[in-house]
Amino acid sequence: MSSVKHSVSDALVITKRQLQQLVRVPEVLIFNTIQPVMFVLLFRYVFGGLGVGIPGGYVQLLMPGIFVQTVTFTLAATAQGLAQDMEKGLIDRFRSLPISRSAVVMGRTLGDGLLNIVVLVVMGVAGYIVGWRPTSSLLHIAAGFILLLFFGYALSWCGVFAGLISKDARVVANVSFLFTFPLTFLSNAFASTTTMPKPLQYFAEWNPVSTMVAATRQLFGFHNTFGVTAHSYPSEHPIVTSLFYMVVLMAIFMPLSVRRYKSANRR
Amino acid sequence: MIALLAYDGAMKSVIAENLVKTYRNGQVKALDNLSLDVEEGTVLGVLGPNGAGKTTTVRVLSTLLKPDSGHATVGGIDVVKDPKAVREIIGLSGQYAALDETLTGWDNLVMFGRLYHLSGEQARVRAKELLEQFSLTDSAHRPIKTFSGGMRRRLDLAASLIVRPKVLFLDEPTTGLDPRGRMEMWEVIQSLVKDGVTLLLTTQYLEEADQLADDIVVIDRGQVIARGSSDQLKAEVGGERLEIVVDESDIDAARAVIERIAGASSVVDQGLRKISAPVRAGTDSLIEVVRELDALKIHPLDLALKRPSLDDVFMSITGHAAEEAVDDSAEEPTKKKKGGRK
Repeated sequence: MSSVKHSVSDALVITKRQLQQLVRVPEVLIFNTIQPVMFVLLFRYVFGGLGVGIPGGYVQLLMPGIFVQTVTFTLAATAQGLAQDMEKGLIDRFRSLPISRSAVVMGRTLGDGLLNIVVLVVMGVAGYIVGWRPTSSLLHIAAGFILLLFFGYALSWCGVFAGLISKDARVVANVSFLFTFPLTFLSNAFASTTTMPKPLQYFAEWNPVSTMVAATRQLFGFHNTFGVTAHSYPSEHPIVTSLFYMVVLMAIFMPLSVRRYKSANRR
Repeated sequence: MIALLAYDGAMKSVIAENLVKTYRNGQVKALDNLSLDVEEGTVLGVLGPNGAGKTTTVRVLSTLLKPDSGHATVGGIDVVKDPKAVREIIGLSGQYAALDETLTGWDNLVMFGRLYHLSGEQARVRAKELLEQFSLTDSAHRPIKTFSGGMRRRLDLAASLIVRPKVLFLDEPTTGLDPRGRMEMWEVIQSLVKDGVTLLLTTQYLEEADQLADDIVVIDRGQVIARGSSDQLKAEVGGERLEIVVDESDIDAARAVIERIAGASSVVDQGLRKISAPVRAGTDSLIEVVRELDALKIHPLDLALKRPSLDDVFMSITGHAAEEAVDDSAEEPTKKKKGGRK
């Protein structure tokens, strides 16, 4: 029993360390929030004209898209953080301590999840300022944000694995970004999937980013006009499909990451 | 925990038997049947050039790496079968200061204290003690990235001492430090040794092993190639040499005296006016030489009985100088193969 208690408290120590880092180097938090807010403003005013005929305007569909895009980037952030700890030899030290094998990766993913809360709040406020108005109940809105946090959390575990197998923080950050960035555009996040070439459309419909965007749109009370014409299973059942993806990702990457951590060797 | 009683009855805190570790599917042997042990309360210096297998040895003993075969215990506990119990009693400080650089020294020590399952209060008390012990109190609340190399290493060492480990592993504790940082680190380590910590220390500096270790194993290519106290190793290489510096005009006369007493030919360095010759009777020979020179009214400017340095030891055992095999990366197997060996 005490070992379970220790696992949790050890993980929390690691999470606390990450929060302390944010206090010591506030630039990290600032840049982490500036970028998505910038995206909100750019998309809102550059593509805002696209929203002809969308109730409430383009911004209503845009905000869920940017929320999902932002939490998707958690993958790269987690990967980079862990690769840095590997490089510095910190993982070696953690591994020489009598703590549970999951504590460090648990703590890291939790810390990145908490950071996402801050980022989502800031973005939500920015979105509100530029006209985003969810029309659903508070409960649904909360559910939307919780879904976003879980999605970020699930991707964070992919990031843990990437960070542990990589030997270079900068490389892994770039590679993760190269992987996730197109994923967020080959989706319904910013434009309708039904206008894409057929093979791309097929990919975009099943893309977890699309299902997440559709799910949050639904939870925020908007009709997902960017894909509903496809009548595919994921576009009609976005919440269920998204939850399925998250469960699968975590079922694969949690054990894989913990196993990898056990034998993580620098170089 | 059952402490293992070794053959001679002394308590062995660390025992490694026939450790083998290969990289790249067996192409590179980092450890090749390596065996060593450390008696409780003593310091073992593991001496070898880069790529000899020092870090791999430490990683196996500190449970970070599983050996392919062989057997090792620390404090009587098997490192492969019960790594967690081993982690409870060891401290490890690696080649790089493994700290969170964005946090302060204080933050780091408290964090590691908490990870050793001290309460918040205990962790803070211990952090304070350690910062004082390592003369880091004044810098406690500065981020580590503003620390000098020597300060980082001291803090890193402090972090490995939080729970007063039974066995401490220091992997090249002074590599990359400037002479001052090295001296400070030596002082710190010597004070730990005085307190009776059992220490396994790796180094590529022969002087360091000489200074800090009771016993030394010399390793090369994953194997122990010599073992003994510093004195024993030196004695193995050969006897002492008498070195005398005299005025230029006295060189020939002094040389005759020295060669007669030493019973061997001498080497003269004209530039330094230094005459040196191997002697068998050590200090007796020295006294005899002084007497005879005095009778001849020759006054030595400098006079010394030199024992071989560990550099000489390394040279005579491995056939290559310690520095010769040095390359940039200790643990990079591909580079290791290219290590400057004949």
